[in-house]
Amino acid sequence: MSIRTALCPTTAMAEERRPKQCTVVLPTESMKAMAESIGVGQLQEESCAALSEEVSYRIKEIAQDALKFMHHGKRRKLMTSDIDHALKIKNVEPLYGFQSQEFIPFRFASGGGRELHFYEEKEVDLSDIINTPLPRVPLDVSLKAHWLSIEGVQPAIPENPPPAPKEQQKAESTEPLKAVKPGQEEEGSIQKGQGATSAEAKGQCKKEGLIRMKPRSTHELSVEQQLYYKEITEACVGSCEAKRAEALQSIATDPGLYQMLPRFSTFISEGVRVNVVQNNLALLIYLMRMVKALMDNPTLYLEKYLHELIPAVVTCIVSKQLCLRPDVDNHWALRDFAARLMAQSCKTFSTTTNNIQSRITKTFTKSWLDEKTQWTTRYGCIAGLSELGPDVIKTLIIPRLTIEGARIKAVIEGPVVSNIDKIGADHVQSLLLKHCASVIAKTRPLPDNMEQYRVDYGYLGPMLCSHVVKARAQAALQAQQVNRTTLTITQPRSTLTVSQSGIGGSVGSRTPSIIKVPSSLTLMSTRPGTPTQPSPPATKYIVMATSAGASSTQQVP
Amino acid sequence: AWYILSHINLIEKQRETKGPPNGQVDLEVEKKEIKTETSNDGSGNNNANSSSPGSTSLGATSKSPTGPAEDQQTLLAVLQFLKRNKLNESVDILRREAGLSVEIDDSPGSASGGAGSGGASNSTVDGGDTNSLLSRVSIAIPAAPAVTAAPVPPKVTASGGEDQPDVNVVLSAYSQQGDPDLYPLYYNGLKKFIESVLDCHRAELSQVFYPLFVHMYLELVYNNHEVEAKQFFEKFSGDQECYYAEDLRILSGMTKKEHMKGNETMLDFRTSKFVLRISRDSYQLLKRHLQERQNNQIWNIIQEHLYIDIFDGMPRSKSQIDAMSGSLAGEAKRDANKTKVFYGLLKEPEIEVPLDDEDEEAENEEGKPKKKKPKKDSMGSKSKKQDPNAPQQTRIPLPELKDSDKLDKIMNMKEAAKKIRLGSDNLPSICFYTFLNAYQGLTAVDITDDSSLIAGGFADSTVRVWSVTPKKLRRVKSAADLSNIDKESDDVLERIMDEKTASESKILYGHSGPVYGISFSPDRNYLLSSSEDGTVRLWSLQTFTCLVGYKGHNYPVWDTQFSPYGYYFVSGGHDRVARLWATDHYQPLRMFAGHLADVTCTRFHPNSNYVATGSADRTIRLWDVLNGNCVRILTGHKGPIHSLAFSPNGKFMASGATDGRVLLWDIGHGLMIGELKGHTDTIYALRFSRDGEILASGSMDNTVKLWDTLKAFDDVELDDFTAATGHIHLPENSQELLLGSYTTKSTPVIHLHFTRRNLLLAAGAYNP
Repeated sequence: MSIRTALCPTTAMAEERRPKQCTVVLPTESMKAMAESIGVGQLQEESCAALSEEVSYRIKEIAQDALKFMHHGKRRKLMTSDIDHALKIKNVEPLYGFQSQEFIPFRFASGGGRELHFYEEKEVDLSDIINTPLPRVPLDVSLKAHWLSIEGVQPAIPENPPPAPKEQQKAESTEPLKAVKPGQEEEGSIQKGQGATSAEAKGQCKKEGLIRMKPRSTHELSVEQQLYYKEITEACVGSCEAKRAEALQSIATDPGLYQMLPRFSTFISEGVRVNVVQNNLALLIYLMRMVKALMDNPTLYLEKYLHELIPAVVTCIVSKQLCLRPDVDNHWALRDFAARLMAQSCKTFSTTTNNIQSRITKTFTKSWLDEKTQWTTRYGCIAGLSELGPDVIKTLIIPRLTIEGARIKAVIEGPVVSNIDKIGADHVQSLLLKHCASVIAKTRPLPDNMEQYRVDYGYLGPMLCSHVVKARAQAALQAQQVNRTTLTITQPRSTLTVSQSGIGGSVGSRTPSIIKVPSSLTLMSTRPGTPTQPSPPATKYIVMATSAGASSTQQVP
Repeated sequence: AWYILSHINLIEKQRETKGPPNGQVDLEVEKKEIKTETSNDGSGNNNANSSSPGSTSLGATSKSPTGPAEDQQTLLAVLQFLKRNKLNESVDILRREAGLSVEIDDSPGSASGGAGSGGASNSTVDGGDTNSLLSRVSIAIPAAPAVTAAPVPPKVTASGGEDQPDVNVVLSAYSQQGDPDLYPLYYNGLKKFIESVLDCHRAELSQVFYPLFVHMYLELVYNNHEVEAKQFFEKFSGDQECYYAEDLRILSGMTKKEHMKGNETMLDFRTSKFVLRISRDSYQLLKRHLQERQNNQIWNIIQEHLYIDIFDGMPRSKSQIDAMSGSLAGEAKRDANKTKVFYGLLKEPEIEVPLDDEDEEAENEEGKPKKKKPKKDSMGSKSKKQDPNAPQQTRIPLPELKDSDKLDKIMNMKEAAKKIRLGSDNLPSICFYTFLNAYQGLTAVDITDDSSLIAGGFADSTVRVWSVTPKKLRRVKSAADLSNIDKESDDVLERIMDEKTASESKILYGHSGPVYGISFSPDRNYLLSSSEDGTVRLWSLQTFTCLVGYKGHNYPVWDTQFSPYGYYFVSGGHDRVARLWATDHYQPLRMFAGHLADVTCTRFHPNSNYVATGSADRTIRLWDVLNGNCVRILTGHKGPIHSLAFSPNGKFMASGATDGRVLLWDIGHGLMIGELKGHTDTIYALRFSRDGEILASGSMDNTVKLWDTLKAFDDVELDDFTAATGHIHLPENSQELLLGSYTTKSTPVIHLHFTRRNLLLAAGAYNP
């Protein structure tokens, strides 16, 4: 019966969604579509309604049984095999052909006022299968032992999760007075350092008795941690680039750095302070790379240390002088890099309470507006602002293009004041052109008239115009590419690869082929340029997209 | 003859519980069934009505006379039935058996306390079982779906709708017509009344809401008032306690009379009375209100579908009620937990410990002998004293100890001497065994008592055994090679092993569905596995082959476990029945029927005289292995129970469910004595430390938690009053009992095991 073909997918989808919706009934259209697919042409509306209610009820029943199998399989994810087993205990023949471990990519099509979900089965060329190299043989089940806890203390080894999860770090920093729960107490005792044994920590807790005191924050690092800290900081600012890369990698990925975070933070802020004075560009760059690595580490809760890190970063953006020879050294790159860092931290840490983004914006704008600001600082301010996104550029930078243009003109075309100023103005100009062009290309309507630009933006107008034209061309090119990539994303994997990945876990990414057309459907692509199918039949279906879940799973390499 | 007998027993059972075998029975039989049912209901009501102050003795006396009479009737009915079906041989056997068994009545029956008459009609093999069923029939809770689902091996035609024929009988109770429009009014009226009563009564009377709601809804559905039913559901389903959400969801799907056929949840509601415990004062209040208002509809439902267990004394508080409610069929009746349970441990057999090697050890290390000897003495003296709560040593026949068992016991004692004493300030170390590359397929794990082997059951139907000691797994040589071995040599046991097959792990193939339960025999020679394919398989760990496939469950078998003394094992599955087997019988020795939903986990009591089963009906039942009686029904969980553990002294039990809570029970009193909150997902593993001071729990939420059970058990004040009424105040804060919580790296914990030295082993599959 065709209903059965729809059974598996619908239950799966119903389970994926919220379990609360219990009054959901399948639409009668589905009944009609299924009836049609087995050759029953005219199904009456009442019979459809009756059928759909019955089918919905049976599906729910089966889904509830399938959940049982999921629970006993000790899983959180309902699988197709669970539904098969549920059908089996109801003495219904299981569904064949849904052996995928992963989400089955259902496609949705609509057209002619009708909607349809369907499972796309591709025709697979046998020679293709023969010629594809065999997937890797899946690894066999193996057993591995590790210490989850040693006399009550969880050792910090890769097999165990990071000692202090981010939420807990946050809880500790935001609510330090919260009564410590016994569970956290355990972890607290870990933080008290591997030096102190658990018994000590325990005894301490016992002595405290009923009066819960704020856990004293500790500043001791274990010997290993001290060694690690020394190695890492030395490598980060040392001369060996390979070592540095390794150290930065470690900072960016190691889950157990939580306890060393205050040291790193101080190290960076102090380092920046000293090296700005000494104009040591190289060291400043290294330190900024450390900040970047810290920010990339997903296990660290950095909010507590922003007050040290942000000033350091801002210094590297706007400082008057960052190097010994401003005319030769590329301190502009450092400013750009730091500006990007700043933007990143604004994005991740800005909240309504700390207002980082608006405070930073204010700082940059203020010094930019100042007439006496030097070209280096000016560059930093603009870089910092423009990294904050197109909205900031649109509201803060573009209106000032004329004024800024005049100032640049004065330096470049006016009497030679100093070489440094000239270089500065030059850099500011190219920076403005680079950032503004892309924004203007998006917001300003065509045509791009050189004269109109001059009127609107002053001295920079003509140059801007040519940049905008270039940007538009590039955008068009990119759009095409993007279009193509989205197409490949919506492309479901062939059944073959699905089953392979089910076993093997990894399959080489396959080059997408053109959508194969199921016999009963015709695809009409919304994108122009694709060859449309000849002789469209009475009902047209337009393939919209597969669901997000499907496309993401397909992207697994 | 034995086979036929057991066959008859099964038929008989089905007769008693109104489940005709797969529709072969003609109408006449059905009619008779209705008759018996009504009479049963009547007797049940009588019981209910007669439960006046001090009703326990009354109930007991009124029950015992009905027992034999009923038994006679059923026996006659069975004989008639057999005759009609031309099973003359069976009739003869049954007659003979009945006549015979009257004489041997005294031997097994008297032990169970008088009501052993059920055993009389049956073979000795199944006697106790039927007895339990009989007694249940007389209490008017027939477990129809449970037993109908229990298949009759030669007759089952795999029709699936076995419970179809009697559905109409069951449903007919709903045929009474009321005006569908008045239902919401009735319900609302009662709601208003209950909201207006004194605070102390409100909590108790609020218990009525849920069963009333369900039955009113089902009546509406049965009488084809689909629209009204939906409206009724929408209007009032929000009022129900949140722990009923799961059942409500099932109900909400049921909107047509046709749906009611074959729906197990519905059958549960109809076939079993929802049990409420209400104080006399509150009950009088309710009764007066309903009579004043002439609210017959509601009164009928209460009379017919609810069992109200009235007690004298203070009404219970909301928290007290909440602690005990949540099961599919309400709370357990107080009478259900009155039977004495011999929870003590059996006397350890005295084993002559060969002292020489230990003395050698002692000589090597000075100072040690002093420590060890007094310990051993204390152990010896302990085992000599007979625990007053322990069952008789021969209450159930246990296998004799073999030499190898004795050796193992000696090893055990030696190890135990080196055991770490655990406590709140001395936590165990945890060693975690991670199954890598299991691809979400690990479904069950077990570890041998001496922690030398680990077995895993997988969704791909395989069972894998690993050796975690340097000693590799070896197979016994083939028969041809074995004949060449000199049987007189000293190292014959070593010689029979095939060195070529040595490996760290072995795979056992045989099942045809996911393996959900797995258990090592205490002597490490066998392994049991239960699977979705409906079988329990016994594997030899000498040859690594399947020895027996125990068929009987026909539906997925969720769990199985060996008795701590070996030989017996228990299994439970989707057919709602737990079965007790012996390894050398291919038919079960006992069938424990009574649960209203899947039996999800099964555990033996340390003294092997009892079996605990946890179920998806959110109750735990304790069964007596001797006579098959259900001796405890424990309610309080709000989700299907997935793990059970007995404390080593046999006094307490812990249970974990999908609701993420661990409940502690006192078996002797049948009381809940603790609630451990902390997990956020299903608890799949529970284990007491070897001395019982610490309870470890492992959950789907990727944590292992340790609880201070010593404190939990100490905190409970058990005065006579609470013991008598079962109304216990639970300590509010279970956080104080939490000793530690250890998170794994996305690895759900599905098994826990304390080694003999109190090292905690945990196991689970890594789920990236």
